[in-house]
Formats: sequence, structure tokens, C-alpha cells
Amino acid sequence: MVHETIAATNAVVTLDVALPGIVWPWLVTVNMWAKSIGTGVIFMLFLLLKKYPEQAGKLRFQTTVVSIIFIHLFLLFTLADLHQPFRMWHIFFFPHVTSAITVGAWMATAFVGLLFLLAFQSFIKKDNAAFDKTLTWVVLLAIPVTLYTAGLMSQCTARELWQMPTESAQMIFAALLSGSAFMILLAGNKLNYEAKKTLGVVLGLSALMSFILYMSEYVFGPMKAEEVAAVLEYIKGDGPYTVMFWLGQWMAYLLPMLLIVLSRASKSENILRLAAILALAGLWLVKHVWLIIPQLLPMS
Amino acid sequence: MQLGFLVDLHLCMGCKGCEIACKVENEVPLSTWRLRVKYVDVGSFPETRRTFTPLRCNHCENAPCVRICPVSALHYIENGIVNIDKERCIGCAGCVMACPYGAIYIDPLTQTADKCTFCAHRVASSMMPACVVACPVQANIFGDLDNPTSNISKYIQKNQGNVQVRKPEKGTNPHHFYVNGGNVTLNPLSSHRLNGHNLFNNITTLPIGGHH
Repeated sequence: MVHETIAATNAVVTLDVALPGIVWPWLVTVNMWAKSIGTGVIFMLFLLLKKYPEQAGKLRFQTTVVSIIFIHLFLLFTLADLHQPFRMWHIFFFPHVTSAITVGAWMATAFVGLLFLLAFQSFIKKDNAAFDKTLTWVVLLAIPVTLYTAGLMSQCTARELWQMPTESAQMIFAALLSGSAFMILLAGNKLNYEAKKTLGVVLGLSALMSFILYMSEYVFGPMKAEEVAAVLEYIKGDGPYTVMFWLGQWMAYLLPMLLIVLSRASKSENILRLAAILALAGLWLVKHVWLIIPQLLPMS
Repeated sequence: MQLGFLVDLHLCMGCKGCEIACKVENEVPLSTWRLRVKYVDVGSFPETRRTFTPLRCNHCENAPCVRICPVSALHYIENGIVNIDKERCIGCAGCVMACPYGAIYIDPLTQTADKCTFCAHRVASSMMPACVVACPVQANIFGDLDNPTSNISKYIQKNQGNVQVRKPEKGTNPHHFYVNGGNVTLNPLSSHRLNGHNLFNNITTLPIGGHH
């Protein structure tokens, strides 16, 4: 019996409504994951055009198309997650500028517009100089587009786990990780091994930084806040998300880091590709666990 | 004017009259609550005590739900009430995620966010909120916090040092106060939720209204 096993100072909820289910489900995970790729490939194209202009020039249109596809996936899943998707237009006609959702929606819209301009410049006009000039602005806009979800998460006062600036850093690293991983897969024969090695370095370093941030939160978070400690219990011991959390950490960060070292030692592009695939799949898991666990905690 | 709410937990006897009155007044659908009373048992038999805590929207001065709402569906009205315009709400559930008190839900019928409005429609007609009227022991005290002669202001004055709010560390400055509250009644992390020892033995979570 419960009353015989609890200490006198302990308390048990004996009558309450059931806890609400997951409010932001996997649709939001896909949203974040797709946006990371959509902006990440733009960052990587910019980097490659600076470092390897000859080879990267062949990737202008392809990268733009990939970004357009993933940004639209992000928008599609954002829309799908709304309970009133046909009222989406309210964001533009009744905007509330203190909300990261509003600011993000406006920026993402501008970002999509610029992506189509890039596509026009590379495919219709075939004007590389104009493309590169526009790309600079697209990269600048891609930074806040990447970061706004972190702002949104930190506006969720109820979810202590999502802190600024940690989430901002995680979003940028996720974009760099997924962008470099996708470019490794996209490049095919268009990039030489040296260029792919550079992408591997970006992938490895962003994986390392993300892993450090997650582990810092995992170890030190509970020492700072009662709520964080309670939330992290869901990924510790035999918590419901422990396996998914560690699977994500291994797939997204640890194994890709190891594989990148191996690929450099053996000069193997296939190992690099495997690292990229694992990073992309693992990132989804990592994002999903971090999205779900704060929602399991009773708020009242 | 700044309307506020106070519950004297020493008076509350957990009859749930307020809960039912709220449901009826606001036509709150099944499986959702604008106001609910939580029971927490403390101690070991036979030295046990049962506490009752009515939980509703705190109508914060610095409301995270208002801040995060992308379309101003959640907004302040002149008397300080945090109100919701269900026609404008897009159902993003940002407010549900932002509210540290778990006071907002997605209405399964309208597919929009909803919560306690201190019965703003009744207040506009100079009536008390339904839960206040229903309370048999006057544990619910409602009034203007800016008016030093109002019942709520006098109650707060009288109980100086024994007035609490939920989660003050969040910086939301709630306009909902408790007298004779404590860690067990106001902090959800201070009590256990054990399977098999709850009214909802076989219901661990409620589905969020709609497509999820």
C-alpha cells in the first residue's frame, strides 16, 4: 500500500485530472529537423563557394533546390501541427511581434522568397555573380531563421530545460551538422575529396560541440534547477526516453565523429557518407527526445 | 483596475463545486478543465492529511502565454484579465507550452486554446465568476487588487506573510494568490503521482484535442 511505503514528509497526488498528452508531437521534430537542413545547406554552399569556388559553382542550383524542398517541408509540418491550419494567415494580418512564432514566420517567408530568387538567378538567368551577391543576404537571413525556434523554445516559460543561449547554440550546430552532412551526400563527384574533407571537419566539430552541450546539460543541469532535474529523469536510468536519447547521441554525434577520423585515416568517401547518413538520422532522434521530455512533466 | 483571485486553502474542503460551476457556466467540454481541484495526501496512516488546491489560470502580469501568442488571441483586457479570442486563435499551442501552470488546453470542439477567463463575460455584467458564487465556504475571493477596500485587498492585508503564488521563480507575477498554501499544495514537483493510487487509474494521459 502506498500509505505504508511513503515517508511522513512525502505527499501523493490522490485525485487530479490525468496529465495532458504531448502538445507538440513529432510534427514539430520534423519541423526543426527539416529547417536545420534547409538553412544548413545554404551555410555550406557559402563556405564552399569561398573555399572551392570552381567545384562548388556546380552546386549552386542543386543546393538551392534542396533548401527550397526542406524549407517547404518545415513549413508544411508547421502548418500540419496547427489545430486551425486554415487560420495561418492570421499571423500576417494580426501579428504579435513579441512572439517568436510571428517573427519566425515573417523571416521564413522572406527566406523562401530569396531562395526562389536564387533559383531564378541560377537556373533561368544563369548569372553566377548575381547569385553570389544574393547568397550573402540569404546566409545572413538564414542565421535568424535557424535561431528563431530557439527563441520560441525559450519563450516556453514552463519548459525549464529549453534555455537560452544553449538552444541557440544547439540550433546553429544542428544546421551546420545537417548542412554539411547533406552536402557530403549531395556532392557526388562534383566535389573533390579535399572539399569533402572540409565538410567532414564541419560535421565533426559541430557534432562535438553539440555533444558537449548535451552532456553539460545532462550532468550539470540537475544541479541548477529542480525542474530540469525532474525532466532529465526521463532520459536517465530506465526512463522512458533513455534508449532513444543515447541512440540519438551515438548516431548523431559520437559515431559520425569516429567515422570522420576513420575516413581521414583511410581516405574513404564511403565512410564519410556513412557518417553523414548517421548524423542526419541521429539528429532527428536527438531533437525529438529534447522536444518531448519537458512535456511529460506535470505542470500543476 | 486590476482584478485578482485569492483562495484560502484552509477553508477549501475539496467539494469541487467550483469545478462543476465553471464547467456549466463556460460549457467546458469533457476531458478538459478551466478549473480543477487537486487532492494531495500527506503523511503515513494514521497520521495523514488531505490537502485541496483549486488550480486555474493565474492571470499573470507578465503572462508567457500573451507573449508567445503569434496572433494576439491571448490578450489583456482593461481590468487585467488575460482573455482569449477563440476566433483569432490558430491553435499553435504555443500558449499551452508556455504556461508554467498548465492552465491552458486545446478545446477539442473548437480546436483552439482555452482557459479560465475569470468569467470575463459575467464580470462585464457586474457578476462574480461562477466558481466564486458556487463556493459554499467562501474560499474563493475575487476583486480589485488596486482597490484597498476590496475584499481581496483586505484579505491579503490581513494575511500578510501567509500569501503565496505558484512558481514565483518564473517571474510571471500571478494575480492569483493562495492563503495557507505550502510546498505540497503549490509545487507540483513536491508530490508523487503513483500509478494505481489515483481516480484516473487507467488514464495516464489525456489526448490533446484534435489530430494528434
